[in-house]
Amino acid sequence: MPFEQRHLLGLEGVSREQLMFLLNTADSFREISERDIKKVPTLRGKTVVSLFYEASTRTRSSFEIAAKRMSADFVSLSASTSSVTKGETLLDTARNLNAMRPDAIILRHYASGAPHYLAARVDCPIINAGDGAHEHPTQALLDLLTIRARKAQIEGLTVAIVGDVLHSRVARSDVFALRTLGATVRFVGPPTLLPPELREWGEVHHNLHEGIRAADVIIMLRIQLERQGKNFFPSVDEYSRYFCLTQNALRYAKPDVIILHPGPMNRGVEIASDVADGPYSVIMDQVTNGVAVRMAVLYLLINRPRAQLETETVSEEAIAVESAAAAPRLRRKAG
Amino acid sequence: MDYDRVVMDAQAIERALTRVAHEILEGNKGTEGLALIGIRSRGVHLAQRLRAKIGAIEGVEIPTGIIDITLYRDDLSRSSQQPEVRGTHISFAVDDRRVVLVDDVLYTGRTIRAALDALIDFGRPRNVQLMVLVDRGHRELPIRADYVGKNLPTAANESVQVRLMESDGRDEVVIAHAEER
Amino acid sequence: MAANFQPVTSAKGLVIRGGVVIDPASGVNGHRDVVIRDGKINAVTEPEGGAGADLTVIDASGCLVFPGLIDMHVHLREPGYEYKETIESGARAALAGGFSAVACMANTNPVNDSAAVTEFIRERAREVALARVYPIGAVSKQLKGEELAEIGEMHRAGIVAISDDGMPIMDGGLMRRALEYSSMFNLPVIVHEQDGTIAGDGVMNEGAVSMRLGLKGLPAAAEEAMVARDLAILERAGGRLHIAHLSTAGSVALVGDAKRRGLPVTAEVTPHHFSLTEAAVGAYNGNAKMNPPLRTARDVDAVRRGLADGTIDAIATDHAPHHRDEKEIEFDRALNGIIGLETAVPLALRMAEETNITLSALVMAMSTNPARILGVPGGSLALGVPADVTIVDPARRWTVCAAHFQSKSRNTPFEGMELQGQVVMTLVGGRVVWRRADV
Repeated sequence: MPFEQRHLLGLEGVSREQLMFLLNTADSFREISERDIKKVPTLRGKTVVSLFYEASTRTRSSFEIAAKRMSADFVSLSASTSSVTKGETLLDTARNLNAMRPDAIILRHYASGAPHYLAARVDCPIINAGDGAHEHPTQALLDLLTIRARKAQIEGLTVAIVGDVLHSRVARSDVFALRTLGATVRFVGPPTLLPPELREWGEVHHNLHEGIRAADVIIMLRIQLERQGKNFFPSVDEYSRYFCLTQNALRYAKPDVIILHPGPMNRGVEIASDVADGPYSVIMDQVTNGVAVRMAVLYLLINRPRAQLETETVSEEAIAVESAAAAPRLRRKAG
Repeated sequence: MDYDRVVMDAQAIERALTRVAHEILEGNKGTEGLALIGIRSRGVHLAQRLRAKIGAIEGVEIPTGIIDITLYRDDLSRSSQQPEVRGTHISFAVDDRRVVLVDDVLYTGRTIRAALDALIDFGRPRNVQLMVLVDRGHRELPIRADYVGKNLPTAANESVQVRLMESDGRDEVVIAHAEER
Repeated sequence: MAANFQPVTSAKGLVIRGGVVIDPASGVNGHRDVVIRDGKINAVTEPEGGAGADLTVIDASGCLVFPGLIDMHVHLREPGYEYKETIESGARAALAGGFSAVACMANTNPVNDSAAVTEFIRERAREVALARVYPIGAVSKQLKGEELAEIGEMHRAGIVAISDDGMPIMDGGLMRRALEYSSMFNLPVIVHEQDGTIAGDGVMNEGAVSMRLGLKGLPAAAEEAMVARDLAILERAGGRLHIAHLSTAGSVALVGDAKRRGLPVTAEVTPHHFSLTEAAVGAYNGNAKMNPPLRTARDVDAVRRGLADGTIDAIATDHAPHHRDEKEIEFDRALNGIIGLETAVPLALRMAEETNITLSALVMAMSTNPARILGVPGGSLALGVPADVTIVDPARRWTVCAAHFQSKSRNTPFEGMELQGQVVMTLVGGRVVWRRADV
């Protein structure tokens, strides 16, 4: 079955079959990174541009390595060095890039919805490397791949997501994908960081031990220390006392629990050092799998069968995100 | 309309494989440094069968690997479908080995070219040989098979299908008159 | 398009025949002829009564005839932001939307916190001689929410109300003084209710949709907390409080309760708040971003009921033109506000059809009450009143195409939507100042 999405803007609404296809493809790319010559010629002559409006070393370098292992040419732009500081709008920056005919643009931006905005206005596939607090689909995919490698299947697992869900795009992408694949999700953290609407997606816990009880998987989210000033929690110490994942807390999870973290970690704040480095942690697997996932995504989006390209409209992803209805009885002209 | 013409039945395939196994051993003077690599997907099953046969004849299990050439194809953006990538698995060192690539049908030769590209990335074999179950002609590149199960001259509008027990439930090679290509 | 604005004047006057006249202030609801002489309403008689036989006839068969609609909350952007809208283009948009009069807010540049700016606006409106334009003066100097603006001076120059709209008045002490001081001039204080500290950086309603889209939320509590505070202050300070663009069920309840206790509070709601929910944000549509934001279905129901039972007195568009480069960008950066003058009437008609709100109640909300609250003429077709009249074809179907609007700006979430009901003619002072070209 072909991969039907023109862009990878998010995992919300992506079907089970498409998710499995993505994961299976990513799986087959893993061995390339184990070879002596870590390269395949598949994307030779293709140009991949990364446009990062937020600083990031790990995600960007992961994409760069992935692109280069596929033999693509990789161009890296960051907001601080580009014309953005001269006041150029996102649209103009993207249009200028588009005129140079890249084969894919990887966008990380602080505004939720920025990739959707671009996808409707440029010709090439857009890969969302994180938009505001909205989604970070490749991170969730590598999380899923990591979980699947250890747990055989995702359906039926209990996954606890611990930390600042309110501001986390990783959490949202994880939740969308995990629920599509049949996992049960739980949220753990202080009420200031867990909006009440999360109950639609899973149980909400404010007690760490209760929240991770009998969990198969724990996904730890990074606490942004800047949040301290905005009264989401009074101090890092206090947050840590109640929500730091320690060896002691792990006793409440299943004995074969695995622990994920999107990184970078605040050791001692949300996760204890010995837990981060311990036998339950699969954090390094996540990084390895990240390259495989990104290779697969680049491959699937850039190598579109010709017939499919011709029948697609550019903003289909935008339509996929759009929620069900405006006010019930307003008639909308079709098209 | 059913134009399928069976050109090899299960017994014919079995005999051909037995003969080819002997030929490989003869051509390489034994099993030293020998390795089989099956090209996905049916080449993999044939490679496994050959490995078993060689094992039965010489009492040696020679290393056998799998190559997925999807990422090395030269026609990816032109094809009408998006092929699924299933991965390459070569768990032994390729350097200095005598590698026999195994595939079901040799046709234009492009699959073999892709396989050679993939193989080179894994190391530097002493030599690379090619075994195919069926050679149907119409080469577009200067590629030839060292070991052939059956030579099968075909017309361009015909399609050769190899069916194997492992993947299709039965062993046979048929020629189908392809109405649409 | 210019042809629409050739005033039709007959030296003697006009008679509007064949329409259904809805004038709740005069208790009229049925087929009538409306006779206009010397720019004033001369008679409203039974049809075929023969009145006005000597006059030019305007054929309003199949149409509704209202007292000129009054939009008490628009942003005309002049002085200072003429690239978005001017007094002239805004007045044209008003007429095209059926509004013979509008009241414009003070968040121009320079801010209308002085007699000089008030006079500028009035003079400009006189020059273009289109819809009536009533300036609203600022409550505080520069809209900073610190010191009272020269309300008395502005009153003499012709403001009809004071408001810091655009900005909430965070300082309760200032709110109190504003209510007290304005009462001397019988000027209503129009408030944009939002506790900035609760609202934070919110860009859309806080709830399930904002969570899914990863956008910072603006909770209903930010509005309700301020409404509650200002009602409490009103009780002590006196004066007249008018709450702009009410958007939540909680706010409606608070206002209803205050009215029952006899407090001098009035309220308005926008057509988008009684027509759309937060779902309209869809895939980050910047044209669905405004403040207060679109809320939930429950809130839409509550404001509709508030209009039906009189808790909400007026419909006002909060017409807020913005340039495309300010709206069709990343959602976080898009400016707040949508245009509304040219879609208000069909949206109101649709709402009336879907609820038990009568056309009379609509006219009360869109003409009679605004006139009363602002203390301006109009709001009825009584004898001797200036002949501001709005004629609407309620059956006409059309598709919203903002490119054809009179407004300079195009920022509407209703683009492409099929609506029913359209203004075909607007009269100001007995002159047909707007006539739809393709009728």
